[in-house]
This record gives sequence, C-alpha cells and structure tokens, in this order.
Amino acid sequence: MAEELRIVLRNYGKIDPLNIDSYIAQGGYKALEKARGTDQKGLIDEVKKSGLRGRGGAGFNCGQKWWFAYMAQADQKYVVCNADEGEPGTYKDRLIMQNDPQSLLEGMAICAYAIGADKGYIYCRGEYPYVVDVLNQAIAQAKDKGVLGDFDIEVRMGAGAYVCGEETALIESIEGSRGEPRFKPPFPPAQGLWQKPTIVNNVETFANIPVIVDKGAEWFAAIGAPDYPGTKVFTLTGDINNKTFFEVPTNTTIREIVYKLGGGIPGDRKFKAVQIGGTSGAFIPEADLDTPVAFDAMAAVGATLGSGAVFVLDDSRDIVDVVTRIAGFFEHESCGKCAPCREGTMRTAELMEKIEAGEGSIDDVALLEKIGRVMSYSCLCGLGQAAPTPVLSTIRHFKADYNAKLL
Amino acid sequence: MVNITINGMNVSVPEGSTILQAAQQVGIHIPTLCYHPDQSIKANCRVCVCEVEGNRLLQAACSAPVFEGMVVRTNTPKVLEARKTIVEMILANHPQDCLNCIRNGACELQTLAEELIIRDNPFELMIRGYDKDTSTPSLFRDPDKCVLCRRCIEACSVIQSVNALGIEGRGNNAMVVPSLGKDLIDSPCVMCGQCIHACPVGAIGEIENIDQFLAAVADPETIVVTQIAPAVRLAIAEEIGMATGELPMDVFVNGLRQIGFDYVLHTNFTADLTILEEGNELLKRVKEGGTLPMFTSCSPGWINFCETFYPDLLDNLSTCKSPQQMFGALVKTYWAEKMNISPAKIFSVSIMPCVAKKFEADRPEMRDSGYKDVDIVLTTREIGRLFRQSGIDFNKLPPSNFDSWMGAYTGAAVIFGASGGVMEAALRTVYEVVTGNTLEDVNFTTIRGFDGIKEATVDLNGLEVNVAIAHSLSNARKLMDQVRAGESPYHFIEIMACPGGCIGGGGQPITKRNQKRIERIDAIYLEDEGLSIRKSHENPEVKVLYDEFLHEPLGHKSHELLHTHYHDKKKKYL
Ligand SMILES: Cc1cc2nc3c(=O)[nH]c(=O)nc-3n(C[C@H](O)[C@H](O)[C@H](O)COP(=O)(O)O)c2cc1C
Ligand code: SF4
Ligand code: SF4
Ligand code: SF4
Ligand code: SF4
Ligand code: FES
Repeated sequence: MAEELRIVLRNYGKIDPLNIDSYIAQGGYKALEKARGTDQKGLIDEVKKSGLRGRGGAGFNCGQKWWFAYMAQADQKYVVCNADEGEPGTYKDRLIMQNDPQSLLEGMAICAYAIGADKGYIYCRGEYPYVVDVLNQAIAQAKDKGVLGDFDIEVRMGAGAYVCGEETALIESIEGSRGEPRFKPPFPPAQGLWQKPTIVNNVETFANIPVIVDKGAEWFAAIGAPDYPGTKVFTLTGDINNKTFFEVPTNTTIREIVYKLGGGIPGDRKFKAVQIGGTSGAFIPEADLDTPVAFDAMAAVGATLGSGAVFVLDDSRDIVDVVTRIAGFFEHESCGKCAPCREGTMRTAELMEKIEAGEGSIDDVALLEKIGRVMSYSCLCGLGQAAPTPVLSTIRHFKADYNAKLL
Repeated sequence: MVNITINGMNVSVPEGSTILQAAQQVGIHIPTLCYHPDQSIKANCRVCVCEVEGNRLLQAACSAPVFEGMVVRTNTPKVLEARKTIVEMILANHPQDCLNCIRNGACELQTLAEELIIRDNPFELMIRGYDKDTSTPSLFRDPDKCVLCRRCIEACSVIQSVNALGIEGRGNNAMVVPSLGKDLIDSPCVMCGQCIHACPVGAIGEIENIDQFLAAVADPETIVVTQIAPAVRLAIAEEIGMATGELPMDVFVNGLRQIGFDYVLHTNFTADLTILEEGNELLKRVKEGGTLPMFTSCSPGWINFCETFYPDLLDNLSTCKSPQQMFGALVKTYWAEKMNISPAKIFSVSIMPCVAKKFEADRPEMRDSGYKDVDIVLTTREIGRLFRQSGIDFNKLPPSNFDSWMGAYTGAAVIFGASGGVMEAALRTVYEVVTGNTLEDVNFTTIRGFDGIKEATVDLNGLEVNVAIAHSLSNARKLMDQVRAGESPYHFIEIMACPGGCIGGGGQPITKRNQKRIERIDAIYLEDEGLSIRKSHENPEVKVLYDEFLHEPLGHKSHELLHTHYHDKKKKYL
C-alpha cells in the first residue's frame, strides 16, 4: 500500500488544461454522454451506490444529496461548485481546476442533468484570479463545442472570508448578501440559492463524478475504505520532507502518508503531532497514526478529513503557541452572527493568549474546555462547531504542554 | 399532524411546526432571545437549544422543524450548560447597568439571567466600549447593551422599509450601526421607534424628557399644561398593572394632576379640530382641482418618511399640523388668552404614544405662537414611570374632569389612535358637510382593523370619494409608489407610520406582539361607542373656538396657527 492512485487527478500533467480537445482525447465528456443516456433516477442511484461522500469536509453521501434535490419540486434548480478553498495550507481544488478544469465542468453537468438544473455557479476563491481565468476559458470552450448542452455555468469570485466556504454563506454571497450562514434545515437541496433546490458540492467531489459514471459504481466502491470509498487528495505542509500533494485510496493510514509518501520528518527531529483537515482539524498524536484516512475512522479518533491539509509538527514545536495562533484565526474569521461563536471564539483567543503568556490557571483550561464543548454543539454553522477542535484535541492529547505553562 | 415527544410527553402538532411551537403546546417554556413572534426566524442567539435524539448537535427550538417520531429534551444537563454558558458569555460583555437602565424590569436579558440562575459568571467582564448615540431628539442607541439579535434591523427594514439600521463588522466586532452615517441622525431613520419595541434589551430607547418635566413642576412660576393623545389612555393601564383600556379617563386625569400638571387638557380636542380643517382642505382640493390624492399629516414618523423618501410628493400632504402641534399653537394663544395666563409662563407638555413627536415638537417651524409651541413630549412609557414613581394606587384614586376650553372631545377624535380612525372621523364629518344629511350609522367598519392596506369608496350624494389607509411604512411605500407612478385611484390617503396606528406607536408600553396592538384597537372602538358625541363637528368647545377665535376652517388665523409646510430632507444618498 501507500501507493498513489489518481482518480480526480487522472489527467494531471497529461492534458493541456486550456485545450478542451486534449481533455476529450483522454475520454472526456464520454461520461456526460453516457449519463444523459441513463434516466435521472438510475444515474443518481449509481452515484449513491458508488458510496462517494462529499470531499468538502462534511462527508455527506453525494448521491443521497442529489436525490433530495431531484425530488424537490421547483421551476428552477441550481448546481453550485464550492471552490472557495479558504483553508490555509490547502490547494487540492486549485490543482484540479488549474490542470483539469473540464472534468469539473463535466461533473457539474452530470449533476445538473441528474437533478434537473440548467444553471450552475462555480464559487471560486478570491485569491485565485488566475484560476478564474482558466475556468472561464474552459467554460467558453465547452460552450463552443456544445458539450454542455443547455447547461450554463458562471464563475463567481469569493469575497475572501473563510466562512464563505460554508455552503449557505456561499449561497448568501452569490445572492449578493453579507456572507453569513443560514440556519439549517432547510438544507440547500430543498431551499438553496434564491430559495430554490440547490446542490453544493466540492471541486474534488465533482471531479470524481465522470470517472464513477464511466467505470461504474462497483468499481469505485471497491477502492479504499468501504464506508468512504475512493481516493482523497492530501496536501502536506509543516515539518515534513515532501511538502507536496498526494492522491491516495482512503484505506491508507496517516502514518503511511507522513512517513512513506511524505518522507518523514526532516533532520533528526521526532514526530509531535499532525493536524489534518485544515485549521479546524484535530491534532493527532503518535498513538493514532495508524488510523486510515477515511471519514468514519477519523471520526472515531476525534478527527476529520476536512480539506485534506496535512500539517506535521516535530517535537521542537510549541503546541500551545500553535493553538493560540489558531484561536486568533477563528476569532478573526467568525462571522459574528451567532452568539456562542461570536463570543466563544473571542473568549477562547483571550484565554489561550493568557495561558501562552504564562498567566493562565487550571481553571482557565477548564473554562476553555467548557466553551469548546458548548460551541461544538450549539453554534449555528460548522465554523463555530469545529473551531474548538484544535483546542480540545490538544488539551486532550498534550495536556502536559498546557500544564507546563500554567501559573 | 406530526407526533413527537417532548420531555417524555406526547404531542401532536401541524407539519412545519417548530420545536418551540410544539413545546408551547405542552406548556413547556423554552428560553429565547433572538426569537420574535411576529418576525422571521433568526436562530442566532442559540439560547433556545434542545437535545434531539439521534443528533449530536443541539437544535435551536425556534428554527428546528418537527418530524414524525422526533424525541426532544429541553432541559438535560447538556442543554442547560450550553444555554447558561452562552448567556454568561453575552453578559460578560454587557454593561452591568440594570439599576440605571431604561429597560430595568422589562428586559429579556434580565429575565434570561434569572431563568438560567446566573450567579458567578466565570468570564471576565469586558465591555465593548461603543459610544452611545444620542444624535436624535427621539431615540438613543447604546450599542454596548446590544445582544445582536437583529430584531431592530428587521423592524426597520421589513416593517418600515426604512433600512436605517444594518450590521457592520465581523466576529466580535459585529455591531448594529446606522446605515449611511455614523449617527442615527445621519441615517434615513424616521424616528418611528419601532426598533425600540423590537429590541429585547436597553440597547435602543426613547430620549427621556422626565427631568425637564420635573424641573417645570418644581418651578412655582411655571404653569404646566398637558395634552393627552387619543392612544395613550388605554395603553397607560398596561404600565400600571391593569388590563388594556381598564383605567378610566377621569381617574387618569386625576393621576396627571397628582404628578404635578396644573391643567389637564386633551389632544382629542385638536383631533376634532384637525378633522374640520383637513376635511375642508380635502373638499377644497377636490372642488378646485388641487393636488390629489391628499395624504393625512398627523403622524410625524410618516412626515419624516415622506420628506426623506418621497420629497416629490410633499404637495400631496395635507398642510394641517398634527393635532399635537395644533394644540401647542393654540394653548399659548387662544387658551392663554381665555384663561388670562401669560403664554410665557406656560410649559406645554404633550403625552404621546410616539417618539417621533419629540422630533416634531423640536422642528423650527413649530413656533407659531411666538414660543416653542410644545415644550416637551413625554411618551406613554415615561408617564408610566412617573406614575410608578408617585406611588399612586389607581384603584383608589377618585376621578377628576378635564379643564375647560381645550378638553372636550368626541368619539371621532378617540379613534385617531387606530389605523383607519382619522379617515373614519373625516368621513363622519365630510359626509354631513357635503350632503347636508345626518349620518345615521357612524361606523365605517370596513376601514377598521389590522390589515396593512384598507380601501373604501364612499358615495357623498353622487360625489364618489376613493380612500385608502395604510399603517407601517412598508405599506405606505406601496401606496406612495402608486401615486408616484400616477396610478393612484384615491382621493384621500391616511398613513400612520406605526403598526396598527398610534396604539402601536414607538412610545407605547413595550409591545412585542401584534396581538397586543389588536387588543388596543378593540379598546379604542369600545371607547368611541361609549361616547354620546361621535362627530368632530359637534364638539362644543371646537364650536366655541371657531366662533370666538378662528372664525372659519382654513381661515386666516387657521393658516397662521394650524397649518404648516414640509421640507425635502435631501438625504444625499437616497
Ligand atoms: C467554515 C466552513 C468553511 C468551509 N469551506 C469549504 C470550502 O472551502 N470548500 C468546500 O468544498 N467546502 C467547504 N465547507 C463545507 C461546505 O459547507 C459543504 O459542506 C460542502 O461544500 C459540500 O460539498 P461536498 O458534499 O461535496 O463535500 C466549509 C464548511 C465550513 C463550516
Ligand atoms: S458559528 Fe460562527 S461563523 Fe458560523 S454563523 Fe455562528 S458566528 Fe458565524
Ligand atoms: S439591557 Fe437589560 S440586562 Fe442590560 S443593563 Fe439594561 S436591564 Fe440590565
Ligand atoms: S426609529 Fe424607526 S426608522 Fe428609525 S431606526 Fe428605528 S425603526 Fe428604523
Ligand atoms: S439593538 Fe436591540 S434589537 Fe437591535 S440587535 Fe441589538 S439587542 Fe437586538
Ligand atoms: S431564540 Fe432560538 S436561536 Fe435565538
């Protein structure tokens, strides 16, 4: 094992991203044609059976989500691609869009056919203006070729706020409002963009679709972990030799990613922790390194896959300092709509700074845990629910590092 | 119907109900803060969270819809810890100022703190340190007390369509701010005060004029005279622990004497007078081809709105001053003369259901008596405070009558307090003036009630008059856009800025539910029915006023004292 397996990055380096013919020459748009020859229910069933789960973080069964939107009665439905990719250290969506934009468009077009939508949006991170160019060229070429049929795709630039990656905040932002999450339910497949049934999927999720349609659900479901089949793209940063990206089957373990693919820790340093999934990911200790990078297995150790960012820390790193910075990040990125996150991120940042400055007490740590606990199940959106994870996971696994700083 | 279990109790509720609604049905109270019964769901405070079996996340009761077989628990340790921690964090940036606060005793945050047994808050007190905004004469904003529920924003944008308030900043820097300017006075705010009713706490309130009143009372040289607006009596009862409408007028009058008023008169008197002036103005416009439709002009929030958003329609506004300002101009001229009191000594106080009236009284054009016509305006709430301060037991207080010459009134004046009332009062008089016949049934019931826009066509001996009535400025906007487009079929339009009319005014007892406003409307028509004289032109003291002083409606004196003009507010951004 610990072999790379490229599904979403299948065309990486093999095609000219700015030339649709080169995509078509690799078999591009065959899947869309095949999909359009299938009835909508059968197509959605196939996606369901593949077991594909969202690659944007929440891990929801993709076909099931499409089914809700398909079933919803409406005069208009939308397909939205979440390409906000605001997570520091993450660039997997950019890799796909820059190197193989047509596969994203094809995935979206298949979804549009499945649910009965004729309008799509790609909400692209504001810091990726060159990617927007690539996408616009790709869309223009696809229109010229007529491969998209009557499905129209428009690119929207993100507003630069981290929370706008949350699907309902993203929808608000496309609508021209302040990018703030809505309460759920109703979920977007029932009432999304302009209150119409809307599918929001991640770039990586869509990029899997043409392959699933082409090779079949069974083929896909057999790859990786059964409850989270397929592959996952990881981007490696921090104290690791190979600071690059890998696409691996989801039964690969964290240890394999860090030590085999990632080449281990530079110098003669020892492993301290790895944070997976981005800023809100859990800090995973040595003891949990044999966990496979599949959604449920990760959840069992209190971790997530999130965006697929892998941030490795060696034993020279000061965990409390790192988490204090993260707390500052969330204090800054909270949108301020709901009370527990608006107040909780601020209080967490204050308390972390206090502890980091050597002025904290055991009571402060207890208070941090209480805030984190309450936020994790009371906040309006995933940002506030996940923001305490770094704090809670480090208090759990690296208590000694905290104790060393207390009064 | 959907069957669910709440705390072990089975309940069957209509599909689409929320947990909060279902809980109400079984008599379980779930604490809330951002929830407002007449507004859209916000779900931003998270105080109402509950446990739902099978879900790791707590669910906000105000927003979570029920589903068949749902099992809800509203008071588990997990729930209680979450609620308490959230409220503790809110309180930890909140000024600990209850003792000095305008909402002391009527504050939803106070109630929450009590319900959740908040004692030793583990969070360090960190007040945000915003400046208090006292830029308008009508209402203040105290952002440090804001809990960011956003109810004021919805009141201002959805109910009033003014959009004077918005959210600025993110995270802990998020704050409700006036739009298009630093202070409220720079915003398009029309000072209706509906945001005060929407606010659960003391972050928005009326500018109080209680100290000026007490100073005037304390000065033996000053003669303190008051006028009471039609919508005040029934609501003031709510301030002193009685049911709406329960305080008899004559006991109320004595209460006012007890707190220091030398003379108690009634705005109803000038409401009747308004009908004579405005009714004749309408007939004149119809006969002489003046600007139509004519708009009523007694609601100062509406006047501000028209001046701000529809300056092109100012000619449609009746030139009649509001009853408050007619009263102010007369009390320091006609009444002073009749009572042989020097107008310089008169301190004229009006008691109003309204905060926009404070702004109106301060308008530079409102000095036609040679003095400030109305010195200060006290709201129903402020009078409630003064009553409580005085310690009067209204159950034991004997009655007392109004003082003479500007105290008599008819049922037509009383109904000014409800949406449709000014129109109905006008129709009662205009009908008799035009037809010369006696109006047998004075009740125009089709234009009563809480519908946002009401309309009617009245046949005045062959002269068909189309009228429309709107309350709340979002409804007014619909009629105005029609007028602007040249498509308005009406001759006469009544607009009240506040929901339900003055009974729902920004200065009334804090009113969360429209149901309360509807109760007050009912009380007002009951009062009208109980009066023997119900047509403005039959008011005996108004007759004396015309005989001895004004001589005729729209005459020279009237123009000098009772009519006014309007200004384009020229808000540059609108
Ligand atoms: C604060 C926050 C940020 C998010 N950012 C992203 C993002 O950048 N890209 C993304 O695909 N999903 C992001 N998500 C997840 C989305 O809300 C949503 O679950 C996802 O787009 C659904 O697509 P999927 O089912 O294909 O994963 C974010 C969620 C939260 C709470
Ligand atoms: S959890 Fe945070 S980011 Fe999400 S809605 Fe609440 S305040 Fe905004
Ligand atoms: S707003 Fe409420 S809690 Fe705050 S100071 Fe005033 S009364 Fe007290
Ligand atoms: S007083 Fe009226 S117009 Fe002014 S902010 Fe409040 S609701 Fe808006
Ligand atoms: S001012 Fe009052 S109503 Fe407006 S958001 Fe703040 S607390 Fe809520
Ligand atoms: S009352 Fe439900 S979240 Fe505020």
